Formats: sequence, C-alpha cells, structure tokens
Amino acid sequence: MAVDGGPELVQLLTPEGVLVEHPDFALALDDDEWRTRYEHLVMVRRLDAEATALQRHGELGLWAPCQGQEAAQVGAALAMRPTERIFPTYREHGMAYVRGVDPVTLLGLFRGTTLGGWDPAEHGFNLYTIVIGDQTLHAVGYAMGAQRDGAAEGVLVCFGDGASSQGDVAEAFVYAAVNDAPVVFFCQNNQWAISEPLERQTRIPLFKRAAGYGFPGVRVDGNDVLAVQAVVTAALERARAGRGPTLVEAFTYRMGAHTTSDDPTRYRTTAEGEAWRLKDPIERVRAHIVRSGIADAAWLGEVEQRAEALGEHMRSACRAMPDPAPASMFEHVYADAHPVIDRERQWLVTYLAGFTDAPTAGAGAGVG
Amino acid sequence: MSARRSPTARSGARATAVAPPPPPDDAAPTSPEPEAGPRTLTYREACREGIRAAMLADERVFLMGEDVGMYGGCFGVSMGLLEQFGPERIRDTPLSESAFVGAGIGAALGGMRPIVEIMTVNFSLLALDQIMNTAAALQHMSGGQFHVPLVIRMTTGAGRQLAAQHSHSLEGWYGHIPGIRIVAPATIPDAYGMLATALADPDPVLVFEHGGLYNASGELPAGAGAVDLDTAAVRRPGTDLTLITYGGTLPMVLEAAERLAAAGVDAEVLDLRTLRPLDDVAILGSVRRTHRAVVVDEGWRTGSLSAEVAARITEHAFYDLDAPVARVCSAEVPMPYARHLELAALPTLEGVVAAAERVLRGGA
Repeated sequence: MAVDGGPELVQLLTPEGVLVEHPDFALALDDDEWRTRYEHLVMVRRLDAEATALQRHGELGLWAPCQGQEAAQVGAALAMRPTERIFPTYREHGMAYVRGVDPVTLLGLFRGTTLGGWDPAEHGFNLYTIVIGDQTLHAVGYAMGAQRDGAAEGVLVCFGDGASSQGDVAEAFVYAAVNDAPVVFFCQNNQWAISEPLERQTRIPLFKRAAGYGFPGVRVDGNDVLAVQAVVTAALERARAGRGPTLVEAFTYRMGAHTTSDDPTRYRTTAEGEAWRLKDPIERVRAHIVRSGIADAAWLGEVEQRAEALGEHMRSACRAMPDPAPASMFEHVYADAHPVIDRERQWLVTYLAGFTDAPTAGAGAGVG
Repeated sequence: MSARRSPTARSGARATAVAPPPPPDDAAPTSPEPEAGPRTLTYREACREGIRAAMLADERVFLMGEDVGMYGGCFGVSMGLLEQFGPERIRDTPLSESAFVGAGIGAALGGMRPIVEIMTVNFSLLALDQIMNTAAALQHMSGGQFHVPLVIRMTTGAGRQLAAQHSHSLEGWYGHIPGIRIVAPATIPDAYGMLATALADPDPVLVFEHGGLYNASGELPAGAGAVDLDTAAVRRPGTDLTLITYGGTLPMVLEAAERLAAAGVDAEVLDLRTLRPLDDVAILGSVRRTHRAVVVDEGWRTGSLSAEVAARITEHAFYDLDAPVARVCSAEVPMPYARHLELAALPTLEGVVAAAERVLRGGA
C-alpha cells in the first residue's frame, strides 16, 4: 500500500505540525493566513461530512466525499488568483468552498434539483465534470484561449490517479506541451480509483510521467496545505510567464468511499486507513498553530461553532429544496425551441393534467 | 496467461481453420455443464454463473475490466470469481477503455476468448474506435484472414439515478454496425446461457445487461446451458396485439400484458433477445397473427432500434396491419438525475397500456 510519498515528496509542514525547509519551495504565512487555512480545512471537512450524512438519510442521490483531500484542494485554490479558472472533477468541494460557491449549491447538484448550479465565470470555477479526465482537454483549450488573449493567466485542472490512465489525459498532456499552454495539471493521487489501487494505473510515480511529455512534474505532500500552495504557486508562475504546463501530483488519500454508492471495506484494509490518519491534513495545521501560539482553544472552539452552523444551514436548506417540475427535463436540451422536444413536452404536460391529484411523476413521455 | 494459442490468421472458410488445439473447436459452442436441477437465481448471479461455467469449460476464457477483481465488479457480477480463478484470469484494468477493448481484440486474435467488461455503455464510447473500426471491421479488412472472437459485456439502461452520462441505452446504436452481433438477455436462462454461445461465435458479440435487471430473480431450469443467439422468443402468447421489446423493459411489458388481459385484451409479448441480427421471421410472424404492434424500447425514439423494427413491419407486413405501429420510448432528453424526472423520462407500464389501447382502437 502506498503511504510514503518517497524522497521526492515536497513537504513544508510535517504530519506532526513542524515546519521544514525545502531547497526549491518556500512559503511564509502570517498568523491570519494560518488561521484562514485552518478554518477552511475544518469547514470543508464539515461540509463533506454533512453532505455524506444527508445522502445516507436519502436527501441526496449521491455524494463524492473529499475527506482527506482538503489540504490539496484548499492549498491549490489559494495559490490561484481569483480570476484564474479551475476545472474540477466532481470531488473538488474544497476548491468550491474557497471559491465562494455556497455548499448548498453543491447539494442541489447532488440532490437533482439543479443542473450546473453556479456561474463558472463568477467563481472562476468550472462546473463539475463527471466523465473521468474529460476536463483536462477542456482546460488546455481554455488555457490556449488565455494564451491567445495575451493574458498572463494560469489555468488549473484537477484529475485523479485513475484518470491518469485515460487517453484523454494523455492527449491533454501532448496538446498542452506542444502548445506551451499555461495550464497546471493538478493530479490528486488519492491512491484509489474505486477499488483499483495506484499499482493498477502506474509503475512509476505519476509526476514522472511529465518528463516523457516534455514538461516538469512535481510530487507534493497533498496533505500539507502549505506545500501544496507553494508548489502550485510556482507552477502557475511558470504558466503565466509563458513557459508552459506543469504536472503537480498531490500525494494524498481518499479517506472515504469513492462515492456513497461503494463500500471501501471491500477492497482496502483498515491498517491503510489508520496509517493515513496519522497524516491527517487538518491535525498538522492545528498542531502548528496551537504550538506556535497562533490560535488558542477559544478560537478553535469558535471555528467548531461556525462549522456546526454550516452543517445546520446545509441540512435545513437541503430539505427545503423543491423538486423540479416533471416538464423541466425538456429544458436545456437545445438552446432554442425544438420540434421533438416541444412535442414531447406537450404530451407530458397534457398527460399530467389528466390527473386530478397532480402527480409529480408521470408516465413515460415517449408515447406517440 | 497459460492458454493455448490457436491460429486465427486463416485462409478459407471457418471449418478449415488450421488445427486449433482443443478445447474447443472454433465452431463448437462451449456449453456450460448442465446443472442437476432447477435453481432460483438473480440475473446478476446468472451472469456470474455463465462466466464461471465458460471459464471452467475453456481455459482460453478470461475476464477483464475495471473493478472486476477484488471489488467483484461495479454491479457485483464478478463477485468471487477472482478468488476462484486468480488474477491471471480475472484481470483488473487501468481506467483505459480503449486499451482494454483493444487488448481484448489482440488477445482474441492470439487465440484467447476474452470477456471484456465495460462498466456502462456510456463508457464504451471511449472504446468505440476499437469496437467499430477494428473489432467489427477486421474480418472484412483482412479479407477473412482474421476473425475476432471477442465478447464485450456492458451494463445499459437507466432507473438507478446515475444521470446523463451513465444511464443511456445505446445498444440500438451498436445494432447499426455490420460485423458484430448484439444481444440483450432479459431472462435468467438468457443471462446464463447467452455468454457461452457468444464466446463460441467467431465474430465480436456485445452483450447488453440492463442494470435494472440485476436484482430480478427467476428460475434456471435443470439442464440449462448455451442458448441460441438467432431467434426472438415469445414470452407470452396472445392474439390481439404484439408487444415487442427486449432487455430491461421486458418485465414491465409482461406486466402491461397482464393488465391488458384483465381488460380482456390478449397481448403477445415478443422478446427480441438478439438486436443484430433481428429475427424478422418471429417479428413478422407475430404481427401477421395479431395485426397490431407496439414496440417498447428504452432508447430514444429518433433513429432507434424501435424505428428499425417498425420499419421492417411496415416494409413486410403492411397489409396485415389493422392499425399503425406504435412506439413507447424514452423521452428525447439526456437522462435526468432526479428520481421523479428519470421515471418520467422512461417508458412506463401506463404508457405501454395506453399505446396498446390506442392501437386497439385503430390508432386513433
């Protein structure tokens, strides 16, 4: 089992909460910045736990937990300028949080009451992508657009260790390399693609693949919020300067299930989970800020209260979301009116109107 | 892998294949061993037992795909097979659909009998080039020198809140492609027995398992084994109209027939079983007896398999019809994620009954 990131792992804050130096990467934070990071991490873990619980209670169809990956997501998002675009998978709830997307909006997506849900331009945060690795190509295209605009702007695209085996990702690497696209390939290697361990995807550390495409690769401790921010910042600066893509492999661990529809106890050991728990991304920040006097017990308690309030907000707001009307499924298939859609919508509306008790679920729309 | 290699580069007809070492001969179905007595199985178990029997019968058979090993498959079909057959024959793959389908083609060319599992039909689109431009075309492009005895299993269909990128019914698309055979088991004996015949087929066979059927249970009769892949099956004989369907909608259509029976209408239910080639004899024979037809297809209506069936009826049995053919299909939208919207988008029992009643009225 992969627990140790190896000698090339960039780390600035150890699992014990001790700051360490690295020859290539450094980042100094003031006290406020440390507290912000800690609070972000706590809030993200709480929103993730709340959403998982809501799914278990039948309030969401599905949830893709991000527990364990909070530092990777928060650190990378904080490295970016607000105007720079993030292309997420479906698990980047931590990045969504940093980018100001209301967690309740995320719930709407997984509850099936909204599609999309937020304005990508407003938040600099693209919509979640379900198709594995798909978004790497979109990010390269977007980055090439920024390049043509002459903008000193970086783009960050998320994917996972499983996606690294997809043809789309390989083609994105090729395309970004030959075009010097200003994109950071941010791979959260959480060790598992549903039941398949990293060994099923690669025989060399993922970051080393970058060399074969002709751009740099770095492996960073994905549970170290400081190191992730430092490494992604350097990669973005490289992109903004017109020097092309970087692959950042954030070495981390998916502490929960792939999604709420699978059971990780079927394919991995509790010993592995325990080993990773010792590398928890939040505990090390807490240890550091307490030991160095940046935070005291009272402030930590306030953060817990804010996290609890977020949980309550999510619970009540989630349950209050109204079901969309049946005919809403015909919206957004085409940009404009369409004869097939119009005919089927009309059929369904007429059919449903025939019920005296106005059901929310109708019979099939396809009779004709 | 330890399997014997049988030459697949051949000249002349299949029967003249140059001394492939046994077992089995290319042309001989690898029938699973008949079981002693009837058993009640779920569809999922029947798929699994079909794989198990095929692997026991022929060491050239192996299974590969995402999560098929330790996890037992994302739909639980291969549960326990890794423990029985080991990682050489139950192979977890990287998340590389094009690679594992392409590798399956290569293994088949090298004399193996691969079963490739693609998690859902939507993911098969990543391997479409391998399926269509290679697997389906190689026999032709090699002048008959190569055949591709590859079986690809995949889950199709909606009803499980998996949204617009994991829920579609694209078997009708695949039915468009010459060079491959498309089957859709809807019953326990077919879920069990189609695989052996598919593996014995010298051409690629795509098996579409409907995700909504995995938990359905039924009886596997004593002596059940390989089944033919050429014919449709009358699942309920009737005289007043023919309800034509396949795969995941068969149980619902049978229920619709019972509801019609309660209203005095005797509906015949025809299960297509094989979507390419379609069993024209069975389709036209039934319609000529009942003079009315409703085609139920979870695919989208436009350009669908249901369109093909309706066109064939119109071409060959037009003067036997007492009413226009009706179709019940899914709404032509990306499959909604919200439960109630998904249900509203899918063919329903009420929709089938309503279509049948309209056809019985002469189509008005």
